[in-house]
Amino acid sequence: MKKTIFATMILLMAVGLLSAGGTITIKGSDTLVRLGQRWAEEYMKINPETVIQVSGGGSGTGIAALLNGGTDICEASRDMKEKEYKLAKEKGIDPYRISVSLDGISVFLNEKNPVKELSFAQLKGIYTGAVTNWKEVGGSDARIIVYGRENNSGTYAFFKEHVLDEEDFSEYTQTLPGTAAVVNAVAKDINGIGYGGIAWATGVKFAAVRKNDKDPAILPSMETVSNGTYPISRELYWFFNGKPEGELKKLVNWALSEEGQKVAEAMDYIPLSKEIAEKNKVK
Amino acid sequence: MDKLQFKPKSRWREFIGEKFIALSALSALVAIFLIFAFIFKESIPIFTDPDIKEEASVDKMVFKQEFYEGREAKWSWQPNSEVPKYSLLPLFIGTIKAALIAMLFAVPLGVGAAVYSAEFASRRMREFIKPIIELLAGIPSVVLGFLALIVLATFLQKTFGFVFRLNTINAGIALGLAVIPIVFTVAEDAMTSVPKSLRDAALALGANPWQVSMTVVLPAALPGIAAGIVLGFGRAIGETMIVLMASGNAAIISASFTDSIRTISATIAAELAEVVFGSAHYSVLFFLGTLLFVFTFFINLGGDYILGRLKIKFQGRMK
Repeated sequence: MKKTIFATMILLMAVGLLSAGGTITIKGSDTLVRLGQRWAEEYMKINPETVIQVSGGGSGTGIAALLNGGTDICEASRDMKEKEYKLAKEKGIDPYRISVSLDGISVFLNEKNPVKELSFAQLKGIYTGAVTNWKEVGGSDARIIVYGRENNSGTYAFFKEHVLDEEDFSEYTQTLPGTAAVVNAVAKDINGIGYGGIAWATGVKFAAVRKNDKDPAILPSMETVSNGTYPISRELYWFFNGKPEGELKKLVNWALSEEGQKVAEAMDYIPLSKEIAEKNKVK
Repeated sequence: MDKLQFKPKSRWREFIGEKFIALSALSALVAIFLIFAFIFKESIPIFTDPDIKEEASVDKMVFKQEFYEGREAKWSWQPNSEVPKYSLLPLFIGTIKAALIAMLFAVPLGVGAAVYSAEFASRRMREFIKPIIELLAGIPSVVLGFLALIVLATFLQKTFGFVFRLNTINAGIALGLAVIPIVFTVAEDAMTSVPKSLRDAALALGANPWQVSMTVVLPAALPGIAAGIVLGFGRAIGETMIVLMASGNAAIISASFTDSIRTISATIAAELAEVVFGSAHYSVLFFLGTLLFVFTFFINLGGDYILGRLKIKFQGRMK
């Protein structure tokens, strides 16, 4: 009995030592961290000799780690800023960007609300508090009840950046813990409006969103986010130091494969279209 | 006589036992002190670190600020912004408003139930009511919060036509449900512990049961009832989950009880989990925690003081 335990321990240590050579670290965006972890788990099932460590901390943290050589892959829900590209050059790092998935944020309305579509300008007005009555955006004469997310969520930051142009949310914005709570509140509140991930909407309707008056209003769906026509969407990136090779190349190409993208879809992220995924693969 | 003599060995045991008991009593004191020291330590950078002071000094948290040039000065809580805003006033107002509604709701119900249970209920009725009200204290606050978020808010909005579904009244009532058992239990215990001799004396003088309760028992038990109310208020201020779910969490300065509120405790709960370690925002949240701690500490201290004074007053009169 003792012998078997001893043997197992030796074996485990040997495995640990061997795989230490094949350890990949992934760090960055909190939006992507769940997907990164899931991809790592699935990938390690197929390739047990590889060990992948995934951690979050935010896109900024991930990028800083990449620039300091502290991580192999940096996950980011935004592109690197000019300053960061410059810093990378100084440090002799050559950032290589691959978009691995998509993310869309939908606007929820109560099913009884006659308003069907909203422009970016109208959304900005509503969320900054300049527009307070549904009448002003083509609805009935009633106070707009604004629901949002807590100020540390990635969704909050994304909405603030893309729709509000970094202006502050109205102080009347009611913040709720989690998208599910926002959906629930809007479902119960005829005059409510909320925002959140696309997979969440039950009991509420989506508002079609137009970027400006010329563009058509687009309803959010897997398809419109995936082909880029829905305006409140973003690409989620993996950054490498130089073009990925070896194990890194194998990993990113697997994430972009049909199998990898299916994992993303199951986790409520929006998968890349087949053509784009194929194009993004490292040759 | 010999049998009753203690051996030195057992004295030793006694000594150790005594010290151990004293130590366990002391441990609570030490824990409180350590908790306070830790929370306060994390908020110190507000006073010392120049970068953090630049972003969130004490006067920026207290006084009206002109955040953007040319725009009206105001109090605003917007920690994640290009110009971070850390005014504490909206959070204080929210906390006080919620506690006020909770007390308005819970004190009449809690004290009323206590009077009935202690004075008028039959023994069987009392044995039925008391555990049920005390069971209310055992309901996890997340359940009460959920109930307020889903059911109570809809009911109140339909009945009174509130503009905001999640508002101060909604959160205050749910909070009151958590406070009732505290008020009830302490007040009820106070009334049942009024000496029987007092009742007997009043009855002998020809008072009916109602007169006995209102003019003898209730005044005699007032210190206990006051203690219950103070403890309940402390709970209402510190309670987190209920207000986080039911209040709407909008940091507004307004006197209206139909507006949303954002309380101190809910702010800490919502923001601390994902705040950047060591940032100004992080220190401000710990500063809020320190304030909450000091706040509840002095409420309890004040309550104790009133309690002591009332006791002296009544015992003096009864002699």
